[in-house]
Amino acid sequence: MATAAVTTERKNYLNAEYGIRSWLLTTDHKRIALLYLLSITLFFFIGGFFALLIRLELLTPAGDLLTADMYNKAFTMHGQIMVFFFLIPSIPAVLGNFLIPMMIGAKDLAFPRINLLSWYIYVAAGVLYIYCLATGGVDTGWTFYTPYSSMFSNTHVVEAGLAIFIVGFSSILTGLNFVVTVHRMRAPGLTWSRLPLFVWSHYATSIIMLLGTPVIAITLVLVVLERTLNLGIFDPARGGDPVLFQHLFWFYSHPAVYIMILPSMAVMSEIIPCFSRKRVFGYTFVAMSSIAIAAIGFIVWAHHMFVAGISLYSALVFSCLSFLVAVPSAIKVFNWTATMYKGSVSFSTPMLYAMGFIGLFTIGGLTGLFLATLGVDVHVHDTYFVIAHFHYVMVGGAVMGYLGGMHFWWPKISGRMYPEGWGRLAAVVVFIGFNLTFFPQFIVGYLGMPRRYWQYPPEYQVYNVLSTAGASILAVGYLLPMVYLLWSLRYGKIAPDNPWQATGLEWRTASPPPTFNFDETPEVTWEAYEYDKMPLPEEVTLER
Amino acid sequence: MFDNLPLWPTAASSHARYEDWLFIFLTVVSVVMTVLIFAVIAVFAMKYRRRHGREATQIEGSLLLEIGWSIAPLGIMMLMFAGGAVLYFIMRSPPRDSAQVYVVAKQWMWKLQHMEGPREINQLHVPVDRDVELIMTSQDVIHSFYVPAFRVKQDVLPGRYTTLWFRATKPGTYHLFCAQFCGTMHSGMIGEVTVMESKDYQAWMTSAAPSGSLAQTGMTLFQQLGCNTCHLNDVQGRGPVLKGVYGNPVQLGDGRTVTADENYIRESILVPAAKVVSGFRPIMPSWQGQVNEEQLNELIAYIKSLNPPPTGEAVTAGAPGGTTPPPSAK
Repeated sequence: MATAAVTTERKNYLNAEYGIRSWLLTTDHKRIALLYLLSITLFFFIGGFFALLIRLELLTPAGDLLTADMYNKAFTMHGQIMVFFFLIPSIPAVLGNFLIPMMIGAKDLAFPRINLLSWYIYVAAGVLYIYCLATGGVDTGWTFYTPYSSMFSNTHVVEAGLAIFIVGFSSILTGLNFVVTVHRMRAPGLTWSRLPLFVWSHYATSIIMLLGTPVIAITLVLVVLERTLNLGIFDPARGGDPVLFQHLFWFYSHPAVYIMILPSMAVMSEIIPCFSRKRVFGYTFVAMSSIAIAAIGFIVWAHHMFVAGISLYSALVFSCLSFLVAVPSAIKVFNWTATMYKGSVSFSTPMLYAMGFIGLFTIGGLTGLFLATLGVDVHVHDTYFVIAHFHYVMVGGAVMGYLGGMHFWWPKISGRMYPEGWGRLAAVVVFIGFNLTFFPQFIVGYLGMPRRYWQYPPEYQVYNVLSTAGASILAVGYLLPMVYLLWSLRYGKIAPDNPWQATGLEWRTASPPPTFNFDETPEVTWEAYEYDKMPLPEEVTLER
Repeated sequence: MFDNLPLWPTAASSHARYEDWLFIFLTVVSVVMTVLIFAVIAVFAMKYRRRHGREATQIEGSLLLEIGWSIAPLGIMMLMFAGGAVLYFIMRSPPRDSAQVYVVAKQWMWKLQHMEGPREINQLHVPVDRDVELIMTSQDVIHSFYVPAFRVKQDVLPGRYTTLWFRATKPGTYHLFCAQFCGTMHSGMIGEVTVMESKDYQAWMTSAAPSGSLAQTGMTLFQQLGCNTCHLNDVQGRGPVLKGVYGNPVQLGDGRTVTADENYIRESILVPAAKVVSGFRPIMPSWQGQVNEEQLNELIAYIKSLNPPPTGEAVTAGAPGGTTPPPSAK
């Protein structure tokens, strides 16, 4: 699809070779990024379809559209697909894969074939998950809590568990590749203190992938073993401990939240300086806060378990630590905001997404404090308040960042400009639709509506109707970029090499880049974000 | 207020007011911060929007600002932590003279056993202004006992007891939800908590026509199962004397000391060999699969009733043994 649409005279990674073989056997990080783009987009729309079912069911208090079992499967598969098959690979495997080698002046990642392998592992896991879905699906909630998942559920827990076990390896290999690449393949002169913050943030993400993912893999294998062989690991009737599962699960799944949000923060740290024409405010603090988030993120997991039956004192410790992890996130938000100060701010599409991100991530982060506060968490835990909170972070944060990044680097990836007017419109529609969908859920959550409810007391209906209305606007906001980005592949203006006059090395090569990125290895003698040395970009016009 | 647009949940327990104030504090801080960030972004975006002839001023950063905006939020957050920790501490420390109710959860039903004898399903009647402690376990998967009007929630686990307490402050009927996903009819595992004035509660208790207190039922069961052939009341039998055991430390054969709380007594009935009292042989058979959760509760209630009532404290109506010390935090 992409190959047919792009026609430029220069040889680039898209027209260097043709044919399906040249894609399926490629070791070019840019082509692999596009393979990932296609596959995660497919899963985004499957996951989105389940979200649609959930919102339609909740339009009325009675359980009327779906059966209870169908509803339980819908929210389970929405969660598992969005977390494991969309959000975790989204920015790292697409934008990270495409950009990191170029940003550090390398020809490719350190292990190009392992990079391709990681995509095949992703596809294998995806096929297994779709098989699970097609043969009846799974209903445990994305969290797989035992002993429900291991002994009581009558659905395809083993298939789903194995699919997620397998997809974890794709994430481990991507992380490994990034870590080695950043350590070993930086261009001459590109010291750590000159690295773009995008790379810093992905480096932190990769460390979490490497250290955390094996734990969820082991945990899911234990669930599968208990389910198939009746081992007593988590089921108390067989001498196991169900709370042990929660510790293991959240030991990965809380840091996984940072796997999802750090890459989005990476995108922000590129977009905001570029469209403010300023060096990023407090480079060292933004870089180090990524590392701090990755490190502290590993010691806060039990804040998901304040009412699960853990001891009073461990709850106190985990509550206190959870507040600490908010500090580096706050540092980032303040620094991005300060970057705009005395800048030359343009309202281009990526910047609109960035400003939206800061706003929504701020709300998502602040409502996280409610959940870290022990006495408050007891009330709002497992209610829609939690749902609203993590969608503000995961969708308002991670997905806004992903869309902002897709627009920002689209000229580089495709060699075409997207229609600016449509881009801005979509960004505004997403922002409005998102808030209308998820803000009412804070209120209905505080009122006490538990999550994962197929039917609910009628006094909660108003908020659910608002939420469903918002979701339909949000759906339009997500379909718009799909349409005009595809449209731009054929009809978009040819993109210059550096349409935004951005400072990164990826902008110093052709759009789209040649297969080996640079004609000769660049030598870096400057810091990241020297926007005073860059000319202003041509005014972006709203005409197509 | 609009009938169909509730904005604030009813507050009907002693925890609820505290929790609401904490929530309001957090909301105020969050709204101020959000408005501040939105306003600053809006002002910067307008004031510094791209214009011809004006260049951006490059600023490296400011150590002072970085330290300031790290320390100040941390300070405010430690206040949140402290407020939340105090409330949580209170929530996890049931008062010693609470009325106790046993809760057994199963897919998809709540079963409740009052000490005085009455049993209920998906309904809980409690008196106003009285501390009530729930001692909860599950027959199958994890459930969670959640009463939004009381702002209390506690997961209910299979294989052990968790507890939750509240003091209802306002008569009325409130939602009881299962908050932990537990299978097909999770959203149908709901019920009501009815808070009654004291005299109404007494009337309800009488009309519920108890066949005897939970401890009395437990005593009958204790004899039916033949427990009393080894656990004699006053003289040492093949098993330890159970009188006065509950809530007190027990010396084990391997040298450890454990507190004989609900979880220990439960384990000693189901897996007797796990923690044998010092000086006894592991000869007791396991009752796993032979007594159900409700019968376990009856036996525990009976063993508790063997404790002499402590002097100077109110005696729980209907429970022969009277008051009990709190089970240790789990």
